[in-house]
Amino acid sequence: MHAIRSVAVNVFKESVRDRVPYNLVLFAVLLISSSYLLGQLTAGQDVKIVKDLGLSATAVFGLFIAVFIGIGLVSKEVERRSIYPLLAKPVSRPQFIAGKYAGLVLTLAVNVAVMTIALYVVLGYMSWMEPAAVRASWDAPGPDPRLLKAIALIFLELMLVTAIALFFSTFSGPLLSAALTLGLYIVGQFNADLKNFDRVVNSKTAIWLARGAYHVLPDLSAFDVKTQVVHGLPVSSGYMLATTGYAAVYIAALLLGAVAIFSRRDFK
Amino acid sequence: MPPVIRIDELTKDYKVGFWRSRPYRALDRLSLEIAEGEVFGFLGPNGAGKTTTLKLLMQLIFPTRGGAEILGRPLGDVQARQRIGFLPENPSFYDYLTAEELLNYFGQLFGYAPAERGRRVAALLDRVGIGAERRLQLRKFSKGMIQRVGIAQALLNDPEVIFLDEPMSGLDPLGRRDVRNLILELRDQGRTVFFSSHILADAEALCSRVAVVANGRLAAAGRLSEILAFQVRGWDLVMDTIRPDVLERVRPVVRRATEISAGRYSLEVPLEQPPDRLLAELVAEGATLVSLTPIRDTLEDFFVRRVAEAGAGARAEEAARARD
Repeated sequence: MHAIRSVAVNVFKESVRDRVPYNLVLFAVLLISSSYLLGQLTAGQDVKIVKDLGLSATAVFGLFIAVFIGIGLVSKEVERRSIYPLLAKPVSRPQFIAGKYAGLVLTLAVNVAVMTIALYVVLGYMSWMEPAAVRASWDAPGPDPRLLKAIALIFLELMLVTAIALFFSTFSGPLLSAALTLGLYIVGQFNADLKNFDRVVNSKTAIWLARGAYHVLPDLSAFDVKTQVVHGLPVSSGYMLATTGYAAVYIAALLLGAVAIFSRRDFK
Repeated sequence: MPPVIRIDELTKDYKVGFWRSRPYRALDRLSLEIAEGEVFGFLGPNGAGKTTTLKLLMQLIFPTRGGAEILGRPLGDVQARQRIGFLPENPSFYDYLTAEELLNYFGQLFGYAPAERGRRVAALLDRVGIGAERRLQLRKFSKGMIQRVGIAQALLNDPEVIFLDEPMSGLDPLGRRDVRNLILELRDQGRTVFFSSHILADAEALCSRVAVVANGRLAAAGRLSEILAFQVRGWDLVMDTIRPDVLERVRPVVRRATEISAGRYSLEVPLEQPPDRLLAELVAEGATLVSLTPIRDTLEDFFVRRVAEAGAGARAEEAARARD
């Protein structure tokens, strides 16, 4: 276990030294400046827009970190040959993969946590500045605890994207990994449409293929509950649980695939 | 006593070519045994298969055929790595870490407690001559300093067996001397050192036994004293007060006559010519004997000959295959 932990802490340290946390400053500036500007322009809608913007920015910033660090997690180690002395230590290849994954998830967790705190601070400030009559007209309170459900699902989605990037990183270079990960991310956003493919085509083969693709490719739209949360609509615990289970199974499959490929790989 | 390292018919093929890939044999049925406490030199020209062998032993690549054991454990045994040190060729580390942080990280992988790690890291960095620079990021280190850090990380776990791939690479003369002394120190502590090099002077100064590889094959292996002791290729006869007419008379039977000082000559006598008859003749003519020593091959002579033979063998095999 200490091997996985040590590799993970090193990944986290690398992201800090590579100035990844600078994106948090950008996030804070974006959020504060937009809340100020929206406050001048709109009446009553500003809190909703700030919530939407905050959640979307958390997802987008997280996506950049997950993809652009994730694709280099293994390939960079191989390219710069730092993996040679590392694998001569008492670290198995599966432990190395698990540590790399855990390290990037830790980086994302810290990022998402700081962004969440920043979002709540801005929403709290906006709520405090508004008169009670305006606050009463909102669909949901400013610093709404239900936002945490949306943030939890964004974090799960980022964990899944990280696993995809890591999987591709075990056998391809950074450029190809980036293209494949982003490609799969985009496909994943529209994957749910494949489920109902029989409504638009008649061909049985096409329907069968679409259903197959739906089950194999990740359904990332399931992790997006931003609209419901922003409008104060409920997201059931059952839905949260089922989505978490789906993410866990998909992540486990990707990590097992990554380990299987990486464990057979020659470092020429 | 069982060997510390046992390599058995280790073979590695790579596929080369993109569309029509064909196998390329980087290492061909290498078998070796290295005993405890040996400093073993693994020699060969560039591309001979030295790094391939070390990568196979470290399981950075997997053998096509054959296998090996280190400390009685099969390759890939993670627990055996607790007792092994490895310095790769031209090592590269995380350049965002300081030397201290890197060694600390590796110390964590060995499961050492913080106090133990701190003690080991400080002692090793002192030992390899990294002073105040230990708190600088490795991206600011020169190649020689990186090599020193590489040696430190290979010794972090106080290993019983140490694999060093071209350990003198990138070091200045002082650094090379330090590494030589370090290897001798390890030998005196009873540790087994397996190091690859193409610098023969290092092997000659350090090794008890060597193997020469060429074209992926073992070309020779043995004790340095045996390899060099039996490769006598003539005699060096140094005589004083040789008269010019006597010198002219014996010149046809010697390979070379070099005047060292007035009347003192060094005569290189070929192996086929027994030196005692020439010595007797010269003494009868009034010359006096200064010294008579056998001329032995240097490791370089031996190396060049074996590599050339292996190259010729490989070419002949290739030609035979082409004919078939």
